[in-house]
Order: sequence, then structure tokens, then C-alpha cells
Amino acid sequence: MTEAILRQIIDYAHRADPYPLYAELRQTPVYHDADGPFVLSRYYDIQSLLHDPRISSDARNLKTPATANPLAAEADEETALPPSFLRLDPPEHDRLRRMTNRPFGPPHSPRRVHEMRGELKDIVSGLIDGIDNPDRIDLVDQFSYPFPVTVICRLLGVPREDEARFHSWADTIAASLDPVPGADTDERAKVSHNARTELGMYLAGLIEERRKKPGDDMLSQLSTAGGPDGVMTTMEVLSTAALLLIAGHETTVNLITNGMLTLLRNPDVLERLRKDPNFAVPVVEELLRFEPPVQLVPQRTTLADIEVRGVTIPKGASLWLVLAAGNRDPDRFEDPDRFDPDRGDIQHLGFGSGIHSCFGAPLARLEAQLALSELARRLENPRLLEDPPPYRQNAVLRGPRHLPIACDGIRP
Amino acid sequence: MSVDGSLDRLKREGRIVVVGASLAGLRAAETLREKGFDGSLTMIGDEPYEPYDRPPLSKQVLLGRATADRTGLPRHRAIDARWRLGVPATGLDMAARRVRLADGDEVEYDRLLIATGIRARPWPQEDEAELDGVFVLRTRDDAEALERSLAQGPRRVLVIGAGFTGSEIASACRERGIAVTVAERADAPLVGALGGVVGRVAAELHRKHGVDLRCGVMVTGLEGDSAGRVRAAHFSDGNTIEADVVVVSLGAQRNTEWLAGSGLGAGPRGIACDAGCRAFDIRGIVTDDIYVAGDVARSPHPLFGYQFLSLEHWGNAVAQAETAAHNMLSDSADRRPHIWVPAFWSSQFGVNIKSVGVPSMGTEILIAQGSRSEHRFTGVYGYQDRVIGAVTFDQTKWLQFYQQLIETTAPFPPASPTVDRRPEGQQPMPADFPDPSVPTHGPTVTLSGYAPDDRRLTFTPARH
Amino acid sequence: MRLVVDLNRCQGYAQCAFLAPDVFVMHGDESLLYSPEVEEDRREDLARAVAACPVQAIVVDANFPDTNSGTDR
Repeated sequence: MTEAILRQIIDYAHRADPYPLYAELRQTPVYHDADGPFVLSRYYDIQSLLHDPRISSDARNLKTPATANPLAAEADEETALPPSFLRLDPPEHDRLRRMTNRPFGPPHSPRRVHEMRGELKDIVSGLIDGIDNPDRIDLVDQFSYPFPVTVICRLLGVPREDEARFHSWADTIAASLDPVPGADTDERAKVSHNARTELGMYLAGLIEERRKKPGDDMLSQLSTAGGPDGVMTTMEVLSTAALLLIAGHETTVNLITNGMLTLLRNPDVLERLRKDPNFAVPVVEELLRFEPPVQLVPQRTTLADIEVRGVTIPKGASLWLVLAAGNRDPDRFEDPDRFDPDRGDIQHLGFGSGIHSCFGAPLARLEAQLALSELARRLENPRLLEDPPPYRQNAVLRGPRHLPIACDGIRP
Repeated sequence: MSVDGSLDRLKREGRIVVVGASLAGLRAAETLREKGFDGSLTMIGDEPYEPYDRPPLSKQVLLGRATADRTGLPRHRAIDARWRLGVPATGLDMAARRVRLADGDEVEYDRLLIATGIRARPWPQEDEAELDGVFVLRTRDDAEALERSLAQGPRRVLVIGAGFTGSEIASACRERGIAVTVAERADAPLVGALGGVVGRVAAELHRKHGVDLRCGVMVTGLEGDSAGRVRAAHFSDGNTIEADVVVVSLGAQRNTEWLAGSGLGAGPRGIACDAGCRAFDIRGIVTDDIYVAGDVARSPHPLFGYQFLSLEHWGNAVAQAETAAHNMLSDSADRRPHIWVPAFWSSQFGVNIKSVGVPSMGTEILIAQGSRSEHRFTGVYGYQDRVIGAVTFDQTKWLQFYQQLIETTAPFPPASPTVDRRPEGQQPMPADFPDPSVPTHGPTVTLSGYAPDDRRLTFTPARH
Repeated sequence: MRLVVDLNRCQGYAQCAFLAPDVFVMHGDESLLYSPEVEEDRREDLARAVAACPVQAIVVDANFPDTNSGTDR
């Protein structure tokens, strides 16, 4: 029975509710069959491996052929760019992450994210104001999708007049991460490749401009700011910008969409949030536990034979760390399948942990908090039109493709 | 529940006295209430302040980012205690179960918790210690006075002793743009706690940030001017340094003098207690109504050969206080041992230094990750072929892995390859701790003796 | 409001310094400095920081009743 469990998790039929499968997976804490990956699903095991220096994020340390990884197709997209820090180990990872952090967060830019709050709120308000037909809203297309792309544009310093072009590239790339079975794959690959190339050339041009005339945006600072770690090459800036765009976009879309879906399934929580916007803080943390936007980390490998619960995982093996399963581990969380923002203890794995913990976490938190509290406040009597909604194909970056909802009107 | 109901009675109407109103005392009091203690609770403290947090004193406060009077510890819950603040305890009558206070009062107890902690070791020459401009740093008042004098822009500060506190003070001075000389008797800063290999990295940090670091010297005397202000210090190498502020940072002394003659097993090394925090009397018999927690306690640790450890660590104070409070209200079968893995942190020159285990027991060190020259690395300490401690410089996120190695008595050197292993991390090297019989400045773990059944003679016990 | 950060737990994720920059400051890549006492008008930022801490290291004054305690929770 467990033989098929990985296939079932990947199988689109289970996308709307993979949690029973994760529960089954937890029965075999170190799951492995044939030449597939070693799959870890218990909270403490995952937490521990995320801090284990014998685990590498660098694909070059993998022994198993990429084809053996059932998620290989969606995990990796061929690009001409050097690997971003997500796929590197220290010291390269640390150096690039530090340099990327310089214009983004403390200690060098401690107020950047905090000071974006007003702008985030304006973007949210604008998107909600733009909803014209309250009888049928697709929350994904009309809200969750455009919001984070706009935020990344502002963060990187993409001129307003170019935002529309940027959105269309981002949409195309996002779609390529989520292939519809049966579609013309060659054609899709070509479209996606073109979008990547155009985006890359656009960004390269922008970097060139900013090198000459730097502003206070991240792209300017990434391309010009020096420090003890030196200056990024153009290729490194491009690779980093691509990472911010893709990693920061998809995940935030899912966090917000999963969030609204969960709130609509828990009307009492939604009502509390409507009355008290500060309640968004624990709501978002519980969401990151309950419906994490990145369900599993499929890219780690072992640098040595390591033992977990008496099972030896050989050097060079592929690891899957199923964050979403760990987040519902009853050994860690009481009543884990209940959505309960009041549980005092929400030390989730939603952003991972250790040196690769989500770079954009503070921004994602603020975006989700603002988005959900404003949606709760402004949508009058909102309800789901489809439950479950149609999901995207992607099993890793899991979330609804559309979230059709209706409401009685939009409050000012 | 207690066979004869005495435990229930204790919980309902007993009298618990806590001597020492700092971190350990407060956390113990909160735990007592949380565990259902309904009787009377008296908190005795020699300082006139409610419990406050000490770590910020040498960091935020000296940097002028927080004031010393606003470092009060947050409260987990109300403790409904009778506070006797600003009145030191001066004696203990074990037979009558009474604590004597400096103002002549006596307080009776059914259970006593001693958490009197430590105080800064003063400059040994009393007349020199009393010169204006000579400071120690341990209390809120100390920090306030020192900060005030730093704010006046002294021409040069001399820090005597490059342990953690001394190094943090030097770091704060440099950040404020104040010239600073550090005098350290050993070959490098931090050697008592982390050994010479890591100490040499610490020395680099000092010098990179413009500290005039003098190692291998002692300060032989302080000199005042006619107004009684310190003006210079004389060194054992014949040099004289002019300084208008001198901070004496020579480690700590345990506050046990008030127990002299009480019959409790208390002395300069602290108060010996069992793993359940119950104090020993001088006959080596464990008491059943007197408990110890925090910096003043020395207790046997199973992970470290049952050596009696004195830990001047924040986290130890919290954990030991909680265990002591739990055990005070428990029957013997429900008592818990205090087996906290030693851990501490320090922040200096913008670098986060953290440690787990007992590095000072280590004879060898392996630079398992990172590089000393980049001031970012993880050092793993080995003792008798097992991992006994670890330290990170700006690599905290890996530390829990090494803590697990310590907890599972993993072999040293750890065999597996890891990420970020550099050429310097291929082979262990001697950790280079100074001879333990030579005093160093402020080790934060004091290996102060052996359990009676431990016959291995590897360490010279006394450092004080 | 008084607060304390258990710096044994802290691993330098800096979430607090992002979300409540007036209370928490990174000092170098990993070291955290914080104000041990903060004004009421920082309560919201502080709540964000407390909730976001990946290792739950920030302890803030509990809102306890000032009178008669001694009863178990």
C-alpha cells in the first residue's frame, strides 16, 4: 500500500487534500522505495535535518540521476543562469545571501520591509477597489496573483510603466511551473523560454541603467553596493532577481489564496479577523503551519551516510523533507488537523529552518497579514462558489489555480 | 500525592522563601505559583530593584541604546510575593528554618531556595579600587555608573581582564569611538572559556576594531591623582597606561559568605547540591528543605562525568530554577534531575559567539565549518575521543547539530564530511587551554570537583 | 512593556528586526540587540515580532491580573 504513496501525493487527484496521505506517510518516518528519494515526514526529523551540515542543497552532490526524482520536472527548469543561493551550500550560499540581504534587511537596511507597509496597503486597496463584479470574483487572478508581482516590481525598482510587461513575463513563467497535462509541452517550453529570455534581457538592461544612475531600489543596490563580500556580477544579480521573482511570487500567491480559502471554511475565524485586523498575525502563522505554500523541499542530498531512526540514508541520496506533513505531526502539535490561530505554540516549518529558511519571510508575512485582514474587512458576506476549488498541478508549490468567491458588496 | 498529606499542606499553606531576587529567583517563584503553590512566598534581594536582566547591561546599556533602569524582567505570571528588596540575607539557621536579614528581621520557611548568585570580583587593592573612575560591571547600578562615565567621553578606558564581559565592554567602547586598552593575563582573550585556538580569533577581533590589546601582562597597580581620580595603570611589563576609566573585569565571586557557619555545604566555589537541586550540608548529607539554583549552585552533570559544574549562564539559571521549584513541590519519585546542557552567548565587535557543552573540558578542537580568518566558523571540542563542546562565531544555525552530538556522546572527531569544511578543518588540533591551576579571567563554566565515584584524575579542580 | 529574548534559542533569523525595527536591531549578521522595555505604541510591531520568531525566543510581559494569584492556571 505504501508502495504507491509518493505517486499518490504527486497524483493531481489528491491535490485538494493531501493531508490523509501525509498522515499515512508519517507511519513510515523514513520512507524509501526502489530508487526513489528518502522521504521524511516527522516534525522533529525534518527540523533536525534542516540544521544538519551533512545535508547539501547543491545538486552537484546528488548521486541518483535526476530522472529518478519524480518531481524533477517541476523542481528544476533549465536556465542559463548560475545557481541561485537556494541551490548552493556555504560558503557560496552565505556570501550571496548576505549580499542579497544587504539592500533588503537588517543590519544594513533594517527599515526597508517595515517601510513598505503603506505601499503594500495601497496595492491591496487598489486591487480590491478594482473588483467590479462581486457575484463572481476569482481571487487568484484578481488579487493573489497580481499583488506579489507588483510588490516585487516595487522592491526591485521596475519602473511603473514597465510593470505590465513584467506581469506578463511572470505569468508565463509561473504557468510553466504548472504544466497542464496533455498540453503541447514543446510549445509551452518555447513560450516559457522566450519569456525567461525577454525578462532576463529586460533586467540586464535595467541593471545596466541602475549601475550608471543608482536609485534606492534593490536592483540598484545589488548591482552597485560593495561590502566585505564584494560586488555581485551581472549574472549573479540576474540569478538573484530571478530567484526573488519566482520564489517570492508563487509562494505568496498560495499563502494568500490558501488563507482566504481556509478563512471561508472557518467563518468564525473570518469574523474575528474582520473585527480585529491584528488577529491576522496569529492567523498567518497558523496558516503557515496548516497550509504551507511550499509543501515539501525536494532538493536536498546527503554528503555522508546518515542515520535517522535506525535507517541509514546513504551518501548522495535524494531527500524529500515534507514540511506540510511535519506541520501536522501529532507528536508536535496537539490536534494538528484543526485550524486554530489561538494555539499558543505555532512553531511551524512553513518557512523551513536553518540557513535556507525563507529569505522573503518577513515580506510574505506582511503581505499575507495585510491582504487577509483587508479582504476580511472589505468583502461583505464573502462565500465560496466552489469547494474544493480547482488546484494547480504543482504538488510542491501547492495552491488553488482559481478561487471563485462571491460577496454581497465591497465595503469602502 | 504525598503519603501523609504534608505536600498538600505545603502547597496550601506552606511558607517558601527565595533568597536572591534575580533571574533564577523570579523564574522559580513563577514556577512555584504555576505548579499550584498557594502558600506564602517571600522574595529577598540585596539590591533595591525588582528582578532585572543582566546581559543587556554590558551591551545595549553601555552602547546607550537602553538605560539600566529599564531592564526589568518580563513576568510570565503574577507571583503574589512579599518582597524584601534592598535587604541582604545575613544568616541561616537550618535547625530553626529561619533566614536572618541585615535589618535584624528573621523569616521562617518550610522550603528555602538559595539563588544569591555571584558578584563581580573587585580590584584586590582596596584603596585603588576606591579611586574615582574605577568600575566593575555586574549590577544595574554598576552599569548606570559606567555608562555615565563613558558618555562623558573619557580619553582612554582600560579594561582589566578579557573574558566575555571585559571583551563586551571593550567592544562597546570602540563602538562609541572611545580609545580602549585591554589587559589580559593569558595569551589571548576568552582563553579560559574557549581555549587558545579560538582565543587568537578573539584577539584578531579586538585588534581589527582598534582595541589596544595587551596579552600576557598583569596590571600591578592603579594610580590616582590628587583628587582621588584614577589616572594611570602600571603593567607587569614595565609599561604605564594613562586611563581615566578603569573597568575591573576579573570574573566573579559566589555570594555564599552569608551562609558561613550555617552548616550548609557552601564555600567560595558555590553551594554543592544534588542533581535535583537539593543542597548538601557540610557533612555531605543532602538536605530536603533547602534548594539551590543559578550561578551560586554547583551540581553534578551526567553528561560530563558527574563533575560538579558551576555555570554562570543565563539559561542555566532559568532551567535550574524551574527544576528546583518543581522538586520543592514534589515527592521523591516525581522529582526531576537538572540536566541542562550548558549554553551561552556573547556579542562583541558585531560577532555572535555561542557555545554549547563544556568547551573548557576539551583537549582538542576541530574547525568543523567555516574559517577562522573570516571570523565565521564552528569549532568542535573533543575530550577522550568524544564531542564535549562546540562554539560558533556567526554560525548559530548549525549549533543544534553539534549539541545533539554532545548529548549523544558522539565520537570525536566527528567523522562525516559537512558543508563548508575547509582545509583547516581536516585535522583536529590541541584546543590550547591554559593550565587550569593558573587563574584566568572569568571562565563561564567552573569545573569544581568530582563526584565521589569518579576516580579519573584528569582535571585539576580548583580555579578559584 | 518589558521583554527579554532568550538568546540561547535565538538563531539570528532577524524576523523581529524586520518587523519591529524600533525594538530589535541586528548588530552584525547574527547578534541581536533589543530594547528591554518598550512603549505601548510599539505593541503591534512587538506582537508581530513575537509571533514571527521562528524559535519563539521572545518573552513579553504576560497580561496577568495584578491581584490575588496563587491559583493554578
